[in-house]
Amino acid sequence: MSDLDLSPLLQRLEGLHQQGRTALLPALHEAQSLYGYIPQPAAEAIGRALNVPLADVYGVIEFYSLFYSQPVGKTVIHVCNDPACALAGSETLFKQIRFQQEAAPTGSSPPSLTVEMAPCLGLCEHAPAILVQGQPFGRANRQTWQDLVNGKGERPSSLVGGTVAILTANCGLGHTVELSEYLDLGGYQALRKAFQTQPRQIIEEIKNAGLVGRGGAAFPTGLKWEAAANAPGAVKYVVCNADEAEPGTFKDRVLMEDDPHSILEGIIIAGYAVGAQKGYIYIRGEYLRSYEAMKKAVDDAREAGFLGNNILDTDFDFDIEIRRGAGAYICGEETALFESIEGKRGFPRLKPPFPTTHGLFGKPTVINNVETLANVPVIIRKGAAHYRRLGTEKSPGSKLFCISGDVVRPGLYEVPFGIPFHHLLYDLAGGVRPGHHFQAALFGGAAGAFATPDHLNVRLTFEDLKEAGLPLGSGVITVFDETRDLRDVCLRLARFFAEESCGKCYPCQMGTQRQFEIMERIASGKVYQEDWERLQDVGWTMTDSSLCGLGQTAASAILSAMKRFPHLFQPA
Amino acid sequence: MDESIRMTIDQQNVQAAAGSTILQAARQAGIEIPTICYHDHCTANGLCRICVVEVEGVRTLQPACVVQARDGMIIHTRSERVIRSRRTILEMLASSVDLSESPEILTMLTQYHSDAFRFPDAEARHPAVIDDNPMYIRDYAKCILCWRCVQVCAEDAQFTYAINFSGRGFETQISTFYEIPMPESTCVFCGQCVGVCPTGALKPKREWLLEMGYSPDEIMSLTRSQRQRRKRREENSPNPS
Repeated sequence: MSDLDLSPLLQRLEGLHQQGRTALLPALHEAQSLYGYIPQPAAEAIGRALNVPLADVYGVIEFYSLFYSQPVGKTVIHVCNDPACALAGSETLFKQIRFQQEAAPTGSSPPSLTVEMAPCLGLCEHAPAILVQGQPFGRANRQTWQDLVNGKGERPSSLVGGTVAILTANCGLGHTVELSEYLDLGGYQALRKAFQTQPRQIIEEIKNAGLVGRGGAAFPTGLKWEAAANAPGAVKYVVCNADEAEPGTFKDRVLMEDDPHSILEGIIIAGYAVGAQKGYIYIRGEYLRSYEAMKKAVDDAREAGFLGNNILDTDFDFDIEIRRGAGAYICGEETALFESIEGKRGFPRLKPPFPTTHGLFGKPTVINNVETLANVPVIIRKGAAHYRRLGTEKSPGSKLFCISGDVVRPGLYEVPFGIPFHHLLYDLAGGVRPGHHFQAALFGGAAGAFATPDHLNVRLTFEDLKEAGLPLGSGVITVFDETRDLRDVCLRLARFFAEESCGKCYPCQMGTQRQFEIMERIASGKVYQEDWERLQDVGWTMTDSSLCGLGQTAASAILSAMKRFPHLFQPA
Repeated sequence: MDESIRMTIDQQNVQAAAGSTILQAARQAGIEIPTICYHDHCTANGLCRICVVEVEGVRTLQPACVVQARDGMIIHTRSERVIRSRRTILEMLASSVDLSESPEILTMLTQYHSDAFRFPDAEARHPAVIDDNPMYIRDYAKCILCWRCVQVCAEDAQFTYAINFSGRGFETQISTFYEIPMPESTCVFCGQCVGVCPTGALKPKREWLLEMGYSPDEIMSLTRSQRQRRKRREENSPNPS
């Protein structure tokens, strides 16, 4: 360690020093990109530069799975291990790459290759997916491992379909729509229009449109904006939650990589409506390409005068900073995300107080999902009435669905709310893979619930799904044919939550671990008589008593499987 | 704040000062709600959830230690859902941690008819005892992650920031910076963490040695070299503080 050259890090820290603790994750990313991991002297230098206690620096490194406190291989490969990729053979792929790693000449330090199982990488339509040094590759089982290690895999390009193209109008073109093209396509017209109206009227328009959050909680966006606008205080923030990590979800990634300016336009309008001066976009650490696309978009927008002081010659000043996560599903929980931006472990906060009054840095904050914000320019440009022409009374507009698993055409589908599930599954996604039939679908991701053939006629709206006991969540539908063992799917979900629990509250910290252990028994056929009751107790305790949404939904898919497929959980 | 509010707890009419937590209101009325992580002099974080109660009209159970009581609330502290959660949390704790020196929690296990061996083949947390300083030992196999030590080391009392966490989820543990020995950290050996530890995970070194059967004389000789080293260090230091 004595030969560690800290000077390049110190140089980069000079630019971050002023910001203090909030720059902790950016600084740790810098250190890791320089040294491959975060050596102790580097962590010490970061703590000193940002005035963060050293024990806290270590606590933060240890919280995020993409930060390493010990040396790792020159090439780091992450193999997705969640349901959609597992159906496509990720387990075998992992073993093969691991085998190559073990067969590689030893003695080199650090090793040349590090292979890790990863939670859902948001590349489900390209399963099985891997990251090589953060770069995504799809259908990785079709390449030799040498090609994979050398970065010669298949670069995933967006697969976009559906019956309407409103949010996805600029998606699936095979390239990122950059500023000039976005302007040609009518971009930033909504922002110009917004500036001609009062902030209050914009909020009214969003309320009238009936827009609700697309991240999973479905909270009315207009009410959120109104509460933040009314909250006392001069300093306010808008945060774009781009920490998309719900297993099976990839819609936000496609929006960010294909049409980043539509999201920026939504954020700027939100900022104007609530009286914020600054916006943050928090992008999950695994989404390197999204980060690069959004970063370029922000730079270009600033250059063109859509960000900065006196935007479009108004007296509105607003700028956006992009932050990268570092491998923590919990940071998609809004208050955990704030903690992460503030340079802390991603522990969710107690609510109340709510973000609209006490959000980022304790200030009134609007936090919206990527897809939610992409709806904003659409609503402002054509008006709430026009927006409501699609969808139903209670679920207006269009929705992005991420379909993967055993379907002929996995991908991102934009449809009006209200179409039946079977239309989406059979007519758009091509149905279940040839020679097989539909057994079940997981709606809403790991925090979701299972649909059965009885649900094929359910209309895809918030109200219909709620009645059917299915969550719309973030629009995930993972399809399983009759050959799949749903116990294995449940085991993967259980492992996911055990890996991703932050450990703050007892029910989730221990419950996710116990749930995983019981599911291991059930999946291997060695189930005990009392396991049903154990699983129910653990599941309901997490649902009833956990501190945040992660713990409260960590058992929902398994409890739904127990209800719909009880025989799977009984001793043979 | 001199305003008072009225609520119903377990069918009993309760009056409390506005701003009281449910826990405060209940205790004042003589209704016992169990707590584990809660400590009167530490910031309450609602971690252990053993104090959860059912509030009518609220979807999830509410941690009584942090949720403010409101006028007209109807609260059940011993409903079926509440009991199930408390019993299961206690059973999970018993399967994860060595509770042998946590008499209050062991009493709760009995009260809630919890089965300490409910979870067969359960992974427990049992790291080795850390004996790296002359003042106290850290036996994290007994740590229930109540956070009190981290909090008193930081803003709740001492502003020393010697300890934080390593790992996350079930693997979380209290740790110094890169797990360095305590004397190399910013620890000032104030002892407040030992004072607030509810489970014997942090323990004065002398007490620990006595428990292991060493006599006071043996302990004096065992720690002599440490004391002498410290004395020498102080003598050689250019600025004796």
